[in-house]
Amino acid sequence: MYEHNGEKYFVMDTHTHFWDASPENWVKGQEQYAEGWINCFHAYQGLGPAETHWPIEKFQKYSEEDFVKDMFEEGHVDVAVFQPTYLREWYVNGFNTTESDARMAEKYPDRLIVNGRFDPREGEAGLRQLDEDAERYGLKGVKLYTAEWRNGSRGWTLKDAEAIPFFDKCQELGIVNIHVHKGPTIWPLDKDAFDVSDVDRTATNYPELNFIVEHVGLPRIEDFCFMATQEPNVYAGLAVVIGGLMHARPRFFAKVMGELLFWVGEDKMLFGADYAIWEPKWQVEGLVDWDYPDDTFSDYPAATTVAKKKILGLNAAKLYGVEVPQELRLPDEAGTPAARDDAQLVEGTA
Amino acid sequence: MTIHSRVLEALGTVYDPELDEPITSLRFVTSCDVSAEGDVDVRLRLPTPQCAPNFAYLMAADARDAVRRLPEVRDVTVLLEDHYTGDEINAAVGRGAGFAQAFPGETEGELDALRELFRRKALVARQSRVCEALLAAGATPEEITARRVSDLPDEPESRRCIELREQLGIPGDGDAPAFVRPDGEPVAAADLRHWLRRASLMRTSLEVNGGICRSLLRIRYDLPDPKEVAA
Repeated sequence: MYEHNGEKYFVMDTHTHFWDASPENWVKGQEQYAEGWINCFHAYQGLGPAETHWPIEKFQKYSEEDFVKDMFEEGHVDVAVFQPTYLREWYVNGFNTTESDARMAEKYPDRLIVNGRFDPREGEAGLRQLDEDAERYGLKGVKLYTAEWRNGSRGWTLKDAEAIPFFDKCQELGIVNIHVHKGPTIWPLDKDAFDVSDVDRTATNYPELNFIVEHVGLPRIEDFCFMATQEPNVYAGLAVVIGGLMHARPRFFAKVMGELLFWVGEDKMLFGADYAIWEPKWQVEGLVDWDYPDDTFSDYPAATTVAKKKILGLNAAKLYGVEVPQELRLPDEAGTPAARDDAQLVEGTA
Repeated sequence: MTIHSRVLEALGTVYDPELDEPITSLRFVTSCDVSAEGDVDVRLRLPTPQCAPNFAYLMAADARDAVRRLPEVRDVTVLLEDHYTGDEINAAVGRGAGFAQAFPGETEGELDALRELFRRKALVARQSRVCEALLAAGATPEEITARRVSDLPDEPESRRCIELREQLGIPGDGDAPAFVRPDGEPVAAADLRHWLRRASLMRTSLEVNGGICRSLLRIRYDLPDPKEVAA
């Protein structure tokens, strides 16, 4: 919970990690990829305020104490969702698995939610694993990383035929929150790996599932926004938007927030700090304090306290069925509706 | 003009196809050496080791082609450094092979469709800047959509729009409408504001992507921070 100027904010961080990228965990012969991956993340941390930067050794592997302090004691986070990224081709025990997340979550059952994952290229074995994980961890969500390398394949898309049984399974098991994270490779390599049209199609086919597009589809925000106006079950995951832009590129941040509020709407935007790339503290405090820098942004929807409360936690609490203390809820009234009607007016005209 | 500066000038015509900016202004050219005999050695770098291989290949291959077109150079070597598919890309570019040959079995075709897709995005984004400048100067939607290519100000943004139109096969002669949709159809006055809303989002997307790339490159290679490009 974060309190500022007499307002109380319930904070739900929908995108967090507990990873091990230390050299001991690098797969022999794949060191360049394992090291490149974590160095790349570390560079992203450089986009946050200087006083929040970590040395690479700590960044490769941080402790449970670091996590608890940065998230709960100082970071204002009430509840966080672990998003796994396995990368077993590069990391012996995986980079950040559901299993390792669950070990931590067991100790903080009211504060941490564990998401699973699946990879359609694993076929029947993958389906069985998803079944088992769902039962063991009580999954309500999965994180899909489409750029993961596997046995010579550099990725997949949600519209692959092999993915259908997995989405059917999610529906059957009540795994309703599908977090999609695009990366730089897919099969075939000549296509745009960041394209989100596969999410569009799948969201239409599975209206009971929620599709949270992580990093708001960056670097394809425009495709994401156009899609989100069409699909009621598509949400914007703000990880990287806040961490990567609010401090480093404040005017770009204002534009992106303005566009998201216009096209996607405040009811479908979800805070995510993307720890340990960025600590939540400065992001939560900065977002609560944030407003457009000047009146050249006056065409965009206002950044109200109600909008910030929804974005910081209330929207995600609904998706994950998290009970919000009475004093942190909004008064019983409909908030400002999303700009869906406005957005539809400009559909199909660019 | 020395060979070296002509080589640099040639590299300045190579665009990052995703960002629609020259690889020189993006600081993707690490070094460019020309020997006394006219052999050229160009080193490229990208913001992350995991930048998309397809765009990375295009920049390396385009750089090699651009330098090889200069009659005064002899051998040309272009090497993409610190990239996780650098070996595959460098080997293919070095022997003048296509993308499909760089990644056998991992592609369905060459990169023409990808390049075209991003040229259309770039055209939309750049037109939005030209259009907003005209609106800010007091022009009405009717005046703007009545403009011909020959009415556009002679500045880099407009010139790049014309170049992109040529590459896309969208007529860009003086009499052609100045503002077109990605499919080449003229924008109607009644649609201008709606068109601009989407076009501005496209532009924001490209600019933000470029901003993040610049920041990451600066951090990765510990470069001095240039003046921030205004949003």
